[in-house]
Amino acid sequence: MATLQVELVAVEKMIWSGEASMVITRTTEGELGVLPGHAPLLGELAPGGVVRIRRESGEDLVVAAHGGFLSVTERGVSILAETAELATDIDVERAREALRRAEAAGDDPEALAAARRAESRLRAAGQDV
Amino acid sequence: MAGSLRALRRRIRSTQSTKKIFSAQELIAGARIVRAQNRVEASKPYAREITRVLSALAGAASLDHPLLTERTSARRVAVLVITSDRGFAGSYNVNVLRRTEELLGLLRQEGKEPLLYVIGRKGETYYRFRDRAVQDSWTGFSEQPGYADAQEVGRVLIDAFTAGADDDESGAGVDGIEGVDELHIVYTEFRSLLAQVPVANRMAPLVVEEVDEFRDEAPAGQGGTSDVPTSYDFEPSAEELLDALLPKYITTRIYAALLEAAASESASRRRAMKSASDNAEELAKNLARQANQARQAEITQEISEIVGGADALVTAGSDN
Repeated sequence: MATLQVELVAVEKMIWSGEASMVITRTTEGELGVLPGHAPLLGELAPGGVVRIRRESGEDLVVAAHGGFLSVTERGVSILAETAELATDIDVERAREALRRAEAAGDDPEALAAARRAESRLRAAGQDV
Repeated sequence: MAGSLRALRRRIRSTQSTKKIFSAQELIAGARIVRAQNRVEASKPYAREITRVLSALAGAASLDHPLLTERTSARRVAVLVITSDRGFAGSYNVNVLRRTEELLGLLRQEGKEPLLYVIGRKGETYYRFRDRAVQDSWTGFSEQPGYADAQEVGRVLIDAFTAGADDDESGAGVDGIEGVDELHIVYTEFRSLLAQVPVANRMAPLVVEEVDEFRDEAPAGQGGTSDVPTSYDFEPSAEELLDALLPKYITTRIYAALLEAAASESASRRRAMKSASDNAEELAKNLARQANQARQAEITQEISEIVGGADALVTAGSDN
């Protein structure tokens, strides 16, 4: 079966790269699933977004990706994010705390961005927001 | 004589203890270079990808985005200078600041008014001491910059640049804020452990560098497909994507510059500290020689005094 070559890159380092059978995420336009052979595409990930990478083994790799872009080419998929975190590395308590703090801080752009970031982390960890 | 010997010994002791400080600094800087280099490496995949995406977009979208268009009458120009927070780094800061002065001179010759934005305590002090206006400054992260720091700096600069879009000869435009028409950055490029070169680049309006290197990195066999320019679908439209992407691209450039500067700073510091501790060792050695000489002279003098005294006594005894 054909696979996708997926690269997940955050600004400070490469988070993950490998083979996958499907990538599911949401752009600012809506939900999007990428299978092998997908037409070339450039998309902006929705704020507070979650990227789901279905590995060949059937397991899902869930990532909280914030402020990012998705680029699909013949060679594979690359996801660029300003911050990205694997769901397994996310500390739910801390994310909740961050969300509370950000919401209390009012609505300057920085606090809003922090709230979106915290939401995406919670969502990736399988929590309701 | 005894006094000078004591003074010499005191100087030897103090030289040796400063030498310890220098070599500790050298070791710390050495460890930091490695870490800084790793971070430069770690940030490369993102920079490569974002450049690739941008090149793809540049082919598709009309290039009249404010960050891409040359302004006909550039009047005010922002210059971002990256210096270090701490000294003890040899000529690192002097070189960056000298390069900045060159750039400022050049800009003034072109009839533009440069505005300074400074990163690092050393640069800040330099301009404050000379009573030069600094628009904004950031300190505290020169050795270990994070992406958040670059974002903060980037936001201020991009805001200033966007505000400058409608300025004209008479001053601020309709938005009432006087912005800037160009963004320049001066930082120290890390070429190798031995060579760090201060460079000045223009960040905006930017020229999209069509980087081809990613093609070379494509695994053999797939290279054929990437030679054909891909026609992409865009979600949302190419223009909107460009809007979102360009500020991020600039922030990435600032971040990369910060990382390079941090690596250069540590490399400069290590070199400076290495020669300082070598000098301290040399000095301590010379002082030790002088001290030995002084001690020997003291002993010789004592002996001749004793012999002289004994002689005098013998002569006095034979007289009786």
